[in-house]
Amino acid sequence: SRTRETFTYQLDTLFLGKKEIDAKLLDDLEELLITADLGLNVTQEVLDHARRKLKRKELSDPNSLKLALKEKLKSFILEYQEDATLVMPDEGPFVIMVVGVNGVGKTTTIGKIAHKFLRADQSVLLVAADTFRAAAVSQLKIWGERNNVQVISKEEGADPSAVVYDGIAHAKAKGYDVVLVDTAGRLHTQANLMEELKKIKRVMAKQLDGAPHEVMLVIDATTGQNGISQAKLFNEAVTLSGITLTKLDGTAKGGIVINICRELKLPIRFIGVGEQLDDLRDFDPDEFIEALFHSADATQQ
Amino acid sequence: MFENLTDRLEGVFKKLRGHGILTEENIEEAMREVRMALLDADVNFKVAKDFVASIAEKAVGREVSKSLSPGQQVIKIVHQELVDLLGGDTQQIRLDGRQPVTIMMAGLQGSGKTTTSGKLARMLKEKGRKPYLVPADVYRPAAIEQLQVLGERIGVPVHPSSTDMNPVDICRMAMDAAAVQGCDTLIIDTAGRLHVDEHLMDELKEIRKAIHLSEILFVADSMTGQDAVTVADTFNQALEISGVILTKMEGDARGGAALSIKKVTGKPIKFVGIGEGLDALEIFHPDRVASRILGMGDVLTLIEKA
Ligand SMILES: Nc1nc2c(ncn2[C@@H]2O[C@H](COP(=O)(O)OP(=O)(O)OP(=O)(O)O)[C@@H](O)[C@H]2O)c(=O)[nH]1
Ligand SMILES: Nc1nc2c(ncn2[C@@H]2O[C@H](COP(=O)(O)OP(=O)(O)OP(=O)(O)O)[C@@H](O)[C@H]2O)c(=O)[nH]1
Ligand SMILES: [Mg+2]
Ligand SMILES: [Mg+2]
Repeated sequence: SRTRETFTYQLDTLFLGKKEIDAKLLDDLEELLITADLGLNVTQEVLDHARRKLKRKELSDPNSLKLALKEKLKSFILEYQEDATLVMPDEGPFVIMVVGVNGVGKTTTIGKIAHKFLRADQSVLLVAADTFRAAAVSQLKIWGERNNVQVISKEEGADPSAVVYDGIAHAKAKGYDVVLVDTAGRLHTQANLMEELKKIKRVMAKQLDGAPHEVMLVIDATTGQNGISQAKLFNEAVTLSGITLTKLDGTAKGGIVINICRELKLPIRFIGVGEQLDDLRDFDPDEFIEALFHSADATQQ
Repeated sequence: MFENLTDRLEGVFKKLRGHGILTEENIEEAMREVRMALLDADVNFKVAKDFVASIAEKAVGREVSKSLSPGQQVIKIVHQELVDLLGGDTQQIRLDGRQPVTIMMAGLQGSGKTTTSGKLARMLKEKGRKPYLVPADVYRPAAIEQLQVLGERIGVPVHPSSTDMNPVDICRMAMDAAAVQGCDTLIIDTAGRLHVDEHLMDELKEIRKAIHLSEILFVADSMTGQDAVTVADTFNQALEISGVILTKMEGDARGGAALSIKKVTGKPIKFVGIGEGLDALEIFHPDRVASRILGMGDVLTLIEKA
């Protein structure tokens, strides 16, 4: 299989056999957190938190330190994570608009989310609003075939808003439960393309009250500190409501989402762990934090 | 946040004005700031650590020049060192030697391999070469069609691969097909893969065994964080890459991955992608990327003139 469970490594060399908390352990922890892409600020903050606890003698051994750090990190996520499940409207189609920078996994994630809804007996319609990238429409159509669901599309180069207009109209007429809208990848710094995204969103809202019900930002787990800027600018443009973190089947930990959650108070809905239909999981904060603490060395041993 | 690395270094050197030498003490403090700037730019933790240590060594004992403040002087030293590390002079694709020239793109999913294949084909065509695009990604939905569309846009022939073929066979057959079409440069687009995916990494090794490859270019996203070292190192160990292309550089990522990748592979960064258009490929300029990693664009040109 092309996927690999990174969550199953139980070894934790950093804490193994340590009896005391010393400067070296704190240094190693700094390295571990930075290496997981948590960024300097969050890393300093949790380590300062630990140091304060140490001073007050609230932590006695490496294990309690580890627990304290995990709890602190989890609190950043949990504030808005209590229930990250998507809530569908009582009536009318549930519209999810998927956005993000180039190549993060938007189209693939849509294929996987469609599969998830289908398994819950919901009818799903895909809308190919990426009319820009070469063969993007064909790519989504293949995901449509794999799921055996309909794809609304126009020719390459068409106005994406027009595709969305058609898509929502069709979903309303046919009584679809779920509409997944794929948009073209774009860097958050490209003002004109961000305007285009706003327009797509306006078109949806005009045609269907409350739509889009979810504006999902897709973040690639290998992303570094730029992820913050991505989240902020996409949020400014189209007001995000959730995140999906992809490519967690590699060695990257995706720590940047902790930062994003903290800054923007967004729930993480799903994680992507491969390229196949069922490689999508609900986000589990505990599992995610655990995985952060499994150092790379541990996986190599 | 780091537009003000200069300011922060000035803070460090408040007491040291005009004359004197950079001492171990004040350098150490300055290096803490530099390290933070590097980490914020996504330079790998270990790479940043080694880098800072080696610079501290070089800077201690230097006289503070009259035209620069100590802070500016440290930045100048750091910048120069970054430029040296990032590659010194720029390197291009090798087009001489054994013909046809064969260039294979490899890298993680979504890094920009297919788009960059198109860009490179266009660039080489303009130089008078006769490129031949070879789609060897039989996994990603519509990957072959994607390259076909790009080939059509730039008027470059694309090998008629199909998804039921094996990538190694595709490459072998493409060698002959290129000759028949009178093409002298093959650009092979491979599927994105994780460095830990042994099966797919083996596939690339097999292609490398089956046909002579002039260049193996590792295509990396400039927004990559700390994991860049692990990924680049594994690809390089497996394939012995010959160069690197950094994509999506027109955004606001600080691009510390460039330093990490260069450091662990030792391979030159040959091009940067600066847009989705097929003309958005540039020669890599170490000095620009060095400034960017330090987060200080124009400040540096001023310092350099001093
Ligand atoms: N390993 C792994 N690969 C993934 C995952 N999600 C997506 N990919 C791969 O990442 C690559 C890019 O995925 P796409 O779905 O095309 O990304 P996108 O965001 O739609 O890209 P653009 O539309 O070009 O911006 C493809 O090769 C996918 O198969 C994941 O969770 N794990
Ligand atoms: N903004 C920007 N986007 C780029 C650049 N290079 C590639 N892209 C975009 O990044 C996305 C992924 O590019 P692809 O060429 O499909 O990447 P790939 O590595 O072939 O992806 P897989 O085959 O799925 O592994 C597409 O949306 C491209 O348009 C660049 O330099 N700048
Ligand atoms: Mg897409
Ligand atoms: Mg590709």
